[in-house]
This record gives sequence, C-alpha cells and structure tokens, in this order.
Amino acid sequence: MVPVPFVVRRVRRETHDTATLDLAPANGDGFTFRPGQFNMLYAFGIGEVPISISGDAQRPLPVAHTVRAVGAVSTAIRTVRPGAMVGVRGPFGTAWPVEAAERMDVVIVAGGIGLAPLRPVLYHLLAFRERYGRVALLYGARTPQDLLFRRELEQWRGRFDLHVGVTVDAPVSGWIGDVGVVTTLIPHAPFDPQDALALVCGPEVMMRFTVAELRKRGVPAERIVLSLERNMKCAIGLCGHCQFGPHFVCRQGPVFRYPEVEPLLTVKEV
Amino acid sequence: MKEIEELLAEQPFFKGMDPRWIAFFAGCAGNVRFDAGEYIFREGGEANRFLLIRHGRVALETHVPQRGPVTIYTIGKNDVVGWSWLFPPYRWTFDARALELVRAIGFDAACVRKKCEEDPALGYVLLMRLVPVISSRLQATRLQLLDVYGTARGPRAGASA
Repeated sequence: MVPVPFVVRRVRRETHDTATLDLAPANGDGFTFRPGQFNMLYAFGIGEVPISISGDAQRPLPVAHTVRAVGAVSTAIRTVRPGAMVGVRGPFGTAWPVEAAERMDVVIVAGGIGLAPLRPVLYHLLAFRERYGRVALLYGARTPQDLLFRRELEQWRGRFDLHVGVTVDAPVSGWIGDVGVVTTLIPHAPFDPQDALALVCGPEVMMRFTVAELRKRGVPAERIVLSLERNMKCAIGLCGHCQFGPHFVCRQGPVFRYPEVEPLLTVKEV
Repeated sequence: MKEIEELLAEQPFFKGMDPRWIAFFAGCAGNVRFDAGEYIFREGGEANRFLLIRHGRVALETHVPQRGPVTIYTIGKNDVVGWSWLFPPYRWTFDARALELVRAIGFDAACVRKKCEEDPALGYVLLMRLVPVISSRLQATRLQLLDVYGTARGPRAGASA
C-alpha cells in the first residue's frame, strides 16, 4: 500500500489537457506490467489516482502514463515537470488477452483517452505481428486537437500490415479525415467478425454503442473485451469504491469479457 | 469492363438480393465519378439521384454563418449517399462534396421511384435495405450529440480525482 518514489524523466504534451509522463523508479529497481494494467499515481500531499500504463510492456522502463487533467490530483500529475517525484503503486488489474488473440484478427476500438490503455496492445501486436491475423485500429476523438499520439498514429497509418481508421465528432477547418463517431468505422473495417477479438476502451456509453455495432457485424459476445472505469481507491479490492455489481473493478478488472459485465452496463446505478 | 449488374451484386447494399431486383435497379444505374473538391449535390437542390460509393470519400456539409462549410459526417466506400430523393419535396438537406476522387454507382431517382411505384414489392426490398442505413446514421448522430469525450472522465485518466 506504500507508494514507491518514481522520478519523472520526460513529459510529452499530447493535447491541451493531456500529457504522457515517463517515470522511472528512483531507487533504480525494475518494473514489469501487462498491457491493460494500471498504476496508482500519487501526487505528494494532494492524492492518488488510477492511471493506465500506456507504454510498451516489452520495454517497460521508463513507465509511460497518459494523464488527462480532470480533477485536482490528475491536474497536479499532468503538470509535473521532469525531475519531479511521484508515488507509484502497482501494477494492478487484469490485462488485455493478447495471447488469446493469436492467429485471430484483432480489432481495437478506442474512444478519446481510451487509446492510452490500448497502446500497449498495439505495441505487442506489432512486436509479434506474425502471430496475428489482420489488425485494425479504429479511433475516435472529439476533435482533431484531441487526438492522442498523433505522430505514432501517422506512423501506424503508413504500415501495410495495420489498418488505422481515425474519425472525429467535430472537425475543425482543414481537417480532411473522417467525421462521425467511432462506431461508424466498424461496418467496413477489414476483419473477419467470426474470427476476431475486439478490444474496446472509451467512455462507457461509447463502449455500449460499439458493442452493439460489433454484434451487428457478427462478432460473438465472448470475443468482445472491454476496459471499465470505476472509482478506484485502494486498487487491491479492499475499500469497495470500485465495486460494480459482483465485481471489484480494480482486481477482477478493469479488463472484462463483455458477457461478464453485459447485464450491468445498462443498469443506471449499480 | 464489368457490367452494372455485376458491380451492383458486389456491393454490400445489394448483397443477397434476388438477381431479378438487381436487374431492375441496374436499369436506373450508371457509373459516375467526381474529382476531389467537386460538389456532388448542394443543399436545397433537386434530389434527383443517389449514389453507392465504390471508391473514395464524401463529406456531408452544411454552411454555418461565420464558420463556413462544416463537415457533419463523412461517407466512404460501400456506403449510400442520399435519401432525400425518396420523399417529397425531393430536395437535398446538405451539401455533399468529394474529399478525394470518388467513383460511384449513380441511380436516377425518378427511374427508381417509378419502378417502385409500379411494383411495390421492389419498393419494399429497397426500403428494407435503406432503412438500416438511415437507422445507423441516426444512432451515430445521437451518439455524436452526446459529446461523450467532452464530458466523460476517460479511462484511468484520473476519474474525478
């Protein structure tokens, strides 16, 4: 439960309210994680917040976290400077089932900052590209200025072995990409619905619509995997803040197979 | 070169359709192309055709004072462009502009309407294909209106903390 001091090595501004921090243990220890896991980041004297690890699990150090400033703690973490210290507990939670997807097509559907927890999956798929069928990344954001990892998106788009679809809800002048919600990219994305694993992360309502579109396309429910967001505090299943029906999202999640959480997703207050 | 009937049969919109019906539609169809930047139709103009895109992307736009043209939605390969031709007053409600070279199959609206009126079964077949497209666009628009990225506390982005 005690946070370990990590040094901020680098801060990259992603958007007006989001930055990616590279962290390294101050004592020189190592660190490992699996794609989809999160850490509790502690802004000293302010508080602690769960943040997904957005870096490459094959090269886990420095540990990358993409933080959107939405409250006091995340704003404090988002605005740290290189050389500062933050407390880290983790990694916690379940991982995306990347091994289970081997020999299958993989479709990644991300909305907004939901791309951050999925970026480690992309790194994994690209590192072991020959083990997978077709890979499609479908990414939606509010505006072009809200797109994360723009340089990487452009690099990924240039690859012959990866389909990248990007769309925004509200374009700005000069945007010549797609306009519309991310679900509109699903019907024509190149994957075999009967032999694909779909990994979905974003605002919950976006995930509900995405699941509906994936099901319409013919993806079986058990091949749809979601990452859920709940109010995680202890991250070890003790405090109960993140309880979601019978699940503690910090321990049994955040990554769930859709059938595990399907009955809960439409309940207004769980 | 492929015949129009062949091209139609390849389109997801016509997938599984009885060849007899495809032949009816083919009688009203022809290949069309638009260069990048070219307007396919204009808001308020006569809705006298609809398109099935074979290649390229089309932006649906509207003009907002002091903002100029605003793209509301983009449509790509295998998608349908336009349904204002189906109902009176047969006027387009948006501009449609080719974002890149667009190759499409264009259908003469008056021809299709006439055939549907002559044979309501054909009209039913067409509506059963077109309504899901309209429904999907409506669902997408509803989600767009929710502005989920603007207000949501993103995944592990700090929740409310």
